[in-house]
Amino acid sequence: MTLAAENRESLRQWLLTDAPLGRTQARLGRFYSNWLALRRNPLAMAGLAIVVGLLLVAAVGPSLVGGSPYFQILTDRLEPPSSEHWFGTDNLGRDIFARVVYGSRITLMLIALVSIIVLPVGLLVGTVAGYFGGLLDVLLMRVTDLFLALPRLVLALAIASALGPSIQNVIIAIAITSWPPYARLARAETLTTRKSDYVMAAKMQGASHAHIIWNHIVPLCLPSIIVRLTLDMAGIVLIAAGLGFLGMGAQPPSPEWGAMVSTGRDYILDQFWVATLPGAAIFVVSLGFNLLGDGLRDVFDPKATGHKA
Amino acid sequence: MARHVLRLIGSLALTFFGLTVITFCLSRVLPIDPVLAVVGDRAPMDVYNRVFKEMGLDRPLYEQYWHYVTQLAHGDFGVSNFTNQPVLEDLAHRFPATIELATIAILIGILFGVPMGVLAAVKQGRWPDHVMRVVGLIGYSMPVFWLGFVGLYIFYSKLGWVAGPGRIDSYYEDIVDPVTGFLLIDSLIAGEKDIFWNAISHIILPASILGYLSLAYIARMTRSFMLGQLSQEYILTAQVKGLSPARVIWRHALGNIMVPLITVIALSYGYLLEGAVLTETVFSWTGIGRYLQDSLRHNDMNAVLGTTILIGAMYVTLNLLSDLLYYIIDPRSR
Repeated sequence: MTLAAENRESLRQWLLTDAPLGRTQARLGRFYSNWLALRRNPLAMAGLAIVVGLLLVAAVGPSLVGGSPYFQILTDRLEPPSSEHWFGTDNLGRDIFARVVYGSRITLMLIALVSIIVLPVGLLVGTVAGYFGGLLDVLLMRVTDLFLALPRLVLALAIASALGPSIQNVIIAIAITSWPPYARLARAETLTTRKSDYVMAAKMQGASHAHIIWNHIVPLCLPSIIVRLTLDMAGIVLIAAGLGFLGMGAQPPSPEWGAMVSTGRDYILDQFWVATLPGAAIFVVSLGFNLLGDGLRDVFDPKATGHKA
Repeated sequence: MARHVLRLIGSLALTFFGLTVITFCLSRVLPIDPVLAVVGDRAPMDVYNRVFKEMGLDRPLYEQYWHYVTQLAHGDFGVSNFTNQPVLEDLAHRFPATIELATIAILIGILFGVPMGVLAAVKQGRWPDHVMRVVGLIGYSMPVFWLGFVGLYIFYSKLGWVAGPGRIDSYYEDIVDPVTGFLLIDSLIAGEKDIFWNAISHIILPASILGYLSLAYIARMTRSFMLGQLSQEYILTAQVKGLSPARVIWRHALGNIMVPLITVIALSYGYLLEGAVLTETVFSWTGIGRYLQDSLRHNDMNAVLGTTILIGAMYVTLNLLSDLLYYIIDPRSR
């Protein structure tokens, strides 16, 4: 056995030990065994590949493509896909491939910003409601249930149109309609931990409520919330694309995927690529998040699906 | 029983209250000055002030809200500024088209989704199960408007199997009396077979595409309900008695999951009303979804909020009905 292989083997054993010597080792070991479980699931790995691919395209794609998403060559309108224009050109002679690549940044930014808003709001509402209980719990959960009971897309449409169509307002509209499931989830997790011995111990040591929630309850809520968020990202991508398609999102000439599909609707019968190729990008990305989220759920919560990994 | 029903109705009332608060707030945060929209931007100051007062904008917010809700309760959703009709009239006029589309869609969803779910449960872990999982995942990941375009391109433009956008060919328009507003029913009442088949060939593609959304959900839920039943002892008893596998599955097991299945179907009908917004836009379907899209484009807030209230109310009521149904049919839930 070579030295490298031996090292790897001992690292593996260190990670998978039943008796970790410290917190870091336990955490890394947990992470590693979850990763091993995830790796056995080919669909989840395909999803991971798509998500990583999206990150890569958004990071380096625009500098590799070279072309500009806004550059118009009016004499090259509606050209079919070719070696020069991989996805063809649109009604203003812009390269659709370049636009799809640049559009990945918009999609990614949108997902990231919605998550950054939704995660803390959901955590805060859920943990506070679960931890304190009583009237506060009832009130917060009433509001949560209200938003859960209403149709998401239509509500987001109404909000976005009241605020005026723009990408920022789309993010706000999606965030307003997306936080409730996280609050519910965080509350459920909080209820199972708030009476536990270590929370009691922290309380007796004089820890403040804020300290207990932040240091002892939030970390336990995070895993399930992150899995749920991954699963929801597909939905976020789809709602955002739907809003863009209906003209509520990024405004022209911005290369937002949903808006690009909407541009192509006039040409669908003769120049199919204008609408279908940006739409395919939406589909692939949302499929990627769904596959990855499904796989993560199987790893973290095998009861939920009953599918064998 | 009565207490449970009262509680459900109470939560329905609360949800309606919340919905109207939201739409009220949205009608107030509008970046467009509602007074300017009425008087125009050249009106002198005293006209502006008078209209400002007439619209009740000088009253406290809770009074304005009360006024708003009483108006809604009287069916006054305001006037749409692009059709110049009362919003409620517009909605009533377009509603049947949406119901027709969503109903055919849910029928397609049930017709394919339930057998698929049953099959996946019976063959758990084998290829039908995997096929269903993939079909479901694709359904959850597909932007429905994109699927609409792809469907139009393939089945209408290339293959010519179905008719194009719209509810009916233009030369058949306005021939049958709108008795119910449902073209499929009206054409049968009028005895116009050609129009009926034309309407069918128009509705089949958008309904299948919309139905695919519910199919994925219905199949997944059927599968998990079935799995719960198939491991029960009464199934084993039935098998031991020598009943045929088909009878055990379709009579005994499926019979026992009917109740939760009906609630799932009611829920997905609500989703479909929402999904119709995008599908109708793609297929130029003159229902409330298309109406919402048109009013969004014209920045017509009365119409947008009116549609939001209508779809929201339908959605919430369907939720309540499915709860109620569960409670009535299944004595164990009491």
